[in-house]
Amino acid sequence: MSVQSTARPRGGARWLLAGHAWLVYAFFYIPIIVLFVYSFSGSRLVGQWEAPTLEWYREVFENDNIQRSVWVSVRVAFFSTIISTVLGTMSALALERFRWRGRRVFDALLYMPLIIPDVTMAVMMLVFFVQAFDIIDSIFGTQFLLGFNTILLSHIAFNISFVAIVVRARLASSDPTLEEAAADLYASRWQCFRRVTLPQIMPGVLAGALLALTVSLDDVVITSFVTGPGSTTLPVYVFGLIKRGLSPAINAVSVLMLVVSMALIFGSLLLQRVISRESSLD
Amino acid sequence: MTTDFGVVPDLTPEQEHESGAPALEAASERRAARRGFLVALPSFAYLVIFFAIPLVIVLVYSFATRNPRGITELRDWNVEAYRALAEPLLRSVLVRTLVLALLTTVICLALSYPFAYYMATRDSEVVRTLLLIGVMIPFWSNFLVRTYVIRVLLSSSGPLSEASQSIGLGEVDIAFSNAAVLIGLVYGFLPFMILPLYAALERIDWNLVEAARDLYASGWKAFRRVVWPLSRPGVVAGCILVFVPSFGAYVTSDILGGAKNPLFGNYIVNQFLQARDWPAGAAVSVVILAVMLIGTLVYFRTGGRTL
Repeated sequence: MSVQSTARPRGGARWLLAGHAWLVYAFFYIPIIVLFVYSFSGSRLVGQWEAPTLEWYREVFENDNIQRSVWVSVRVAFFSTIISTVLGTMSALALERFRWRGRRVFDALLYMPLIIPDVTMAVMMLVFFVQAFDIIDSIFGTQFLLGFNTILLSHIAFNISFVAIVVRARLASSDPTLEEAAADLYASRWQCFRRVTLPQIMPGVLAGALLALTVSLDDVVITSFVTGPGSTTLPVYVFGLIKRGLSPAINAVSVLMLVVSMALIFGSLLLQRVISRESSLD
Repeated sequence: MTTDFGVVPDLTPEQEHESGAPALEAASERRAARRGFLVALPSFAYLVIFFAIPLVIVLVYSFATRNPRGITELRDWNVEAYRALAEPLLRSVLVRTLVLALLTTVICLALSYPFAYYMATRDSEVVRTLLLIGVMIPFWSNFLVRTYVIRVLLSSSGPLSEASQSIGLGEVDIAFSNAAVLIGLVYGFLPFMILPLYAALERIDWNLVEAARDLYASGWKAFRRVVWPLSRPGVVAGCILVFVPSFGAYVTSDILGGAKNPLFGNYIVNQFLQARDWPAGAAVSVVILAVMLIGTLVYFRTGGRTL
């Protein structure tokens, strides 16, 4: 699609638009660059510049609490990604390839975790677990507590939707006639899925999984509501540190978290490139 | 005929020979419907248990009673928690939340529209992709860290203050103010406005603008009568995607606003984790949910189909 000459703003308007665009990019990136630079500053005061040092990074790597919370984050992200990728892919298949009663209700239910504000979902999960544990404990005499498992269950609850939306987009653009052809050739339903559908949607499934991983590693609010003693994730721990006041170590750990975020983003962008190259070959 | 895979192999050639076609089609459609339900069942059940039921419980709690020890009792149903919304304390929080969320939405729209327009009118596909990646990175970056970045920037005697002093504008001291929260909200949610706007503007057939200009429409008139109406679904989607999370914001106001400037989100967290007045917190959560549902309905009513 090329923009026609008269449709495009000319003269002053054109330069205003370009200048505005670069200002928006500056707004996005200058604060991040400032954080990056100051994370190497030798000063104990955040935002003051002194001779560069790697001291704050060393502090982060030697901090046991941070090590522990990273491990909790990784485990939550790993398990919630695997489970929600399977469930989300099944949801996408059910919505894109089948017609059944209750389909619209399911569709609506699947959208809600995407747009609900974090605080509201956090309240829902907390009240639900407290109430459910109350009932279960009183019947079976058990003693369930908030902790790793409640964090995991909550993360799966919002990640299914993120995976489903990505896989659905991929399914919608894939070719259903190939599946019909396989079926005509007496492939079993499982063979049909395994050999025809899955290879076609695989890039979408991987992109969905990466997205779920990113969202899970980012979450603060919902996790901080359903966490228990001994199972703090990294963002929840860092959030607690920020509340107590700024410190150069927070700068360093923030930079590391941004680097991980960006690595995941570039991973999924690369995947999308693979997808578009594939489809241009067709 | 649906395109459900696996519909045909259910029928052996003999069966196909014996039965009439319409009855056959109805039967296979019924089978496909049952299979579709079975494929959805695990996630459907999961979301009912871990999303729908929690939602109902919060609704129930908002009408419950809190006893003096701070424990919620499911009896003596009342609407006290909702009545509190009209009292001065909570009303001022409501007004502040509403004003900040509206301002955030308006500022994001004003910043994003020309920006998305610029992105969408680049000729080269490579340039457009690069510009888009520049927005995708903040969109998917860790939200907590992006809020903290603003906190560092605005800290008293921090980088922004020093920069403004060095060019003779004097100290900037807006840490822990409504202005700081507003900057943080705009910084956090700007990509949520740009991306749907770009998606809408990129789809526009620019030949229409060309045609309008050929018919002697001024640049402004061509924009107002052609581009703006065609981009409206993107505007609506962007406004909802910014307004709803701003209205429920918690992290931004907690880090940038301090204790003096609470929003609804801070009020809720406080009710649940400190004051132990769960019905009050649940009632405010229900209000946020209602705002979200109204936003979604507006979106679908104005012709949007997918978010």
